[in-house]
Amino acid sequence: MSRAETVEQAPDVRAPRPLWTLGLLRNELGMTFRRRRTLVLLAVLALVPVLVGIAVRVQTGDGGDRGGPAFISLVTNNGLFLVFTSLAATLPVFLPMALGVVAGDAIAGEAGAGTLRYLLVAPAGRTRLLLVKYTGTLVFCLVATLVVAASALVVGALLFGLGEVTLLSGTTVPLAEGLLRALAVAGVVALSLIGVAALGLFVSTLTGSGIAAMAMTVGVVITFQILNTLPQLHAVQPYLFPHYWLSFADLLRDPVYWDDIRRNLGLQAVYALVFGTAAWARFTTRDITA
Amino acid sequence: MPRNEASRVTGEWDDGERRPGRRKAIRYGVPVAVAGVAAATIGLVPAFAGSGDPDLPEISAQDLIAKVAASDVQQLSGTVRTSTDLGLPELPGGMGAGALGSGQDKGGADPKDKLMELASGSHTLRVAADGPDRQRVSVIDKAAEYSLVRDGDKVWGYDSGSNTAFRATGPESDTAKKGDLPKGVGDVTPQELAEHVLDAAGDTTSVTVDGTAKIAGRDAYQLLVKPKQAGSTVGSVRIAVDADNGVPLRFTLTPKSGGAPALEAGFTSVDFAKPAAGTFAFDPPKGAKIIDGDRVSTQRHDDAAGTEAGDLPKGLPGGLPHGLDEARGGDDGGMDVIGHGWTAIAKIEGAGAAPGKAGQAGQDKEGATGQRAGVPAGDAAKFLDSMGEKVTGSFGSGHVFSTRLVNALMTDDGTVYVGAVDRQSLVKAANAEK
Repeated sequence: MSRAETVEQAPDVRAPRPLWTLGLLRNELGMTFRRRRTLVLLAVLALVPVLVGIAVRVQTGDGGDRGGPAFISLVTNNGLFLVFTSLAATLPVFLPMALGVVAGDAIAGEAGAGTLRYLLVAPAGRTRLLLVKYTGTLVFCLVATLVVAASALVVGALLFGLGEVTLLSGTTVPLAEGLLRALAVAGVVALSLIGVAALGLFVSTLTGSGIAAMAMTVGVVITFQILNTLPQLHAVQPYLFPHYWLSFADLLRDPVYWDDIRRNLGLQAVYALVFGTAAWARFTTRDITA
Repeated sequence: MPRNEASRVTGEWDDGERRPGRRKAIRYGVPVAVAGVAAATIGLVPAFAGSGDPDLPEISAQDLIAKVAASDVQQLSGTVRTSTDLGLPELPGGMGAGALGSGQDKGGADPKDKLMELASGSHTLRVAADGPDRQRVSVIDKAAEYSLVRDGDKVWGYDSGSNTAFRATGPESDTAKKGDLPKGVGDVTPQELAEHVLDAAGDTTSVTVDGTAKIAGRDAYQLLVKPKQAGSTVGSVRIAVDADNGVPLRFTLTPKSGGAPALEAGFTSVDFAKPAAGTFAFDPPKGAKIIDGDRVSTQRHDDAAGTEAGDLPKGLPGGLPHGLDEARGGDDGGMDVIGHGWTAIAKIEGAGAAPGKAGQAGQDKEGATGQRAGVPAGDAAKFLDSMGEKVTGSFGSGHVFSTRLVNALMTDDGTVYVGAVDRQSLVKAANAEK
C-alpha cells in the first residue's frame, strides 16, 4: 500500500502527471508511425482509392448496374464520391485488418519482443499504459481513415473533377458543404472502428505472440462480417459490430438520417467498453514475464 | 504472493490485503457487468416502452372510424418503418427493382419498380406532406435512397443508386384520383393502408376497438378489423389511430395462418408541424439520367395483359381489397373481378393464351418472388411445375402459387385467378367461371 502511494505521488512532485502521460503517448505514437510496417499499411490503404478510381475511369459504361461498392455510379459525376466509395470499400476489410495488425501488436508485440517489462518499470501504472496503447490505436484509426479519404479526394479530383455535390436525396449542395460532410463521414468511419480497436487490444493482452494476436483479431473481424451476411442469423445481426458500418452513408441524406448512425456509435461504444475493460482486467492482473 | 511478480514490477496494486485471485475475479467482473447492463438496456427498454399502454376514454368503433375519416391533418413529417413478409423469398439486396423483368431498361427511378422492392423485406421511409399536393417519400436504402417528390403538378423520382431521375408532368393517370403520390409508394404509409381497408369495410367486415397503444410517442386507439368471409387468407388487420387527431399511425395485417404480420407499416417518429419549405423542391441533379415518366407509363399501358400480372405485387402492399376494387373499376381489357369484399378474386385472361404469353405472366410473377427473371418462354411449363402446385378441377388443370397472403391459380390455358383467398376458393371460382 505505502509503496504504491509513494510511486503514484512521486510524479506530482517532479512533473505534472498529464504531461508525463502525453510523453508516453507521444513516444507510443512515434514508435507506431515510424515503423515501416505501419507506413506500408497506410500506403496500401492509400492505394485502394487509386485502384477504384482507375477501374471506374477505365470502365466508361454508364452506371446503370448496381453492382460494386456503394456510390460507385455517382463517382463519374463528382470525384468527391470516390471518397465515399473508397471508405465503403475499405471499411469492411482493409481498415479493420490494418487496425487488427496495429492493435493486436500493441501489447503482445511488446511482450514478444521482451520490451513490455521495461515499459512497466516506468512509473506509469499498467492502466495508464493500456490507455496510452488504446489511444495510440485510436489515433491510427483516424489516421488510416483520413489517409484513405485524402488519397480518394486527390485521385477523384484528378480523374473526375470536383463540383457541386448531389446528396442521396437528390438535393444539390455546394462543394464546401460536400467536403464538410466528407470530413464528417471520415470521422464516423474512424469512430466505427473503436470497437474493433478495443477487441484487438483485448486479444493482444491474452497472448505473448504478436502474430497470434493479429491473426486472431483479423479472424474475428472476418467471422463477424460473414455472420453479418447470413440471413438465418437475422435476429443476432443488430448486435454484431459491423452491422451498422455502412450507416455513415446516412450523413449524405438531406436531412441527415441519424437513427442508424446513433445505433452504430452506441454499439461501438458498448464493444469498446466491454473489451476495453476486459483488456484492463486481464492486463492488470496478469504476470508479465517477458 | 509467490507468482505475482508483476505487482512488484509495477507497484500498482500492491495492497497485500486482498488476495490476487479475488481481485482478478472482481476486475473481470467489470466487463461482464458492462455487457450485462448493455444487454439489459437493449432487452428491457422496448419492453418498458411497450408496456405503457395509455389510458384513454372509451370510444366506439363507429366514432373512431368517423374520427379517421374526419381527420384533416394536412401537414406531417416522420419516419415510417414497413416490413412485408408475404412468404416470398427475400430479394437479394442488389437485384431489386432493376432485375424484376419489365423495369430493367428504364432504370431504377420508376416509382412502380421501386414498389416491387417494398413488397419484400423491411424498409425505412421518410414521409412529409404539406397539403394535398405537396408530398415527399424517401425510401432509405443501404447507402442509397429513392425519393419521390410531388409539388403541385410536378412529380420527380430520384434513385441515387443508379443516379436516375424520373419525371412526370402532372399526376399520373392512375393517381389523379385522390391527388395522392404516384400510386404505390404513397400507398405504404399507414394512412393510405388504413384508408383502403376502412373503405372496403362493409357487411363483410367486423370492426372493433381493441385497446390502446403508444406509437411514435403518441397515444393511439387500436382498431381491429376482421373479415367475416371464410375463404379469406387475412386473419386480422390492426390499425392504431392517433387519439388526438385521428391519423392512423400503424397498420398491421396478420394472415389467417398466424405468425408474423404479413404486412406492417408504422411511424417510428412523427411530427405534425409544417415541413420545411425546401422539402418539396427538387431539381434534377447534374449528370443524372432523366427518364420521362409520361412516355413510360403510356408504353406500359400498351403492354396489355401480361404486365397486369406483373403489376400485382403493387396491389398487395397497397391493401388488397382496395387493389381489387380498383381493378374492378379499371378498364383494362383482360381483367375481371369475381366476388366482393375480402374474398374478391381477380381473373386475368391470358389473351391468346399462347405459351409465350402465359410464360410472360408467369415470369412476372416469378420475378416478384425473386426466384429468377427472364426465363425463356419455352421453359415456362417446366418452370411452372417447379414453382407451383398442380391442381385439377372441372375448369381443367393448372398450377397454384401460394404465399402467406395471396394465392394465384394459373390454368393451363393461361387464365390467372389471384386473390387473398385460400386455394379451394380459387378452384371454386375457376370452376364457376367455366
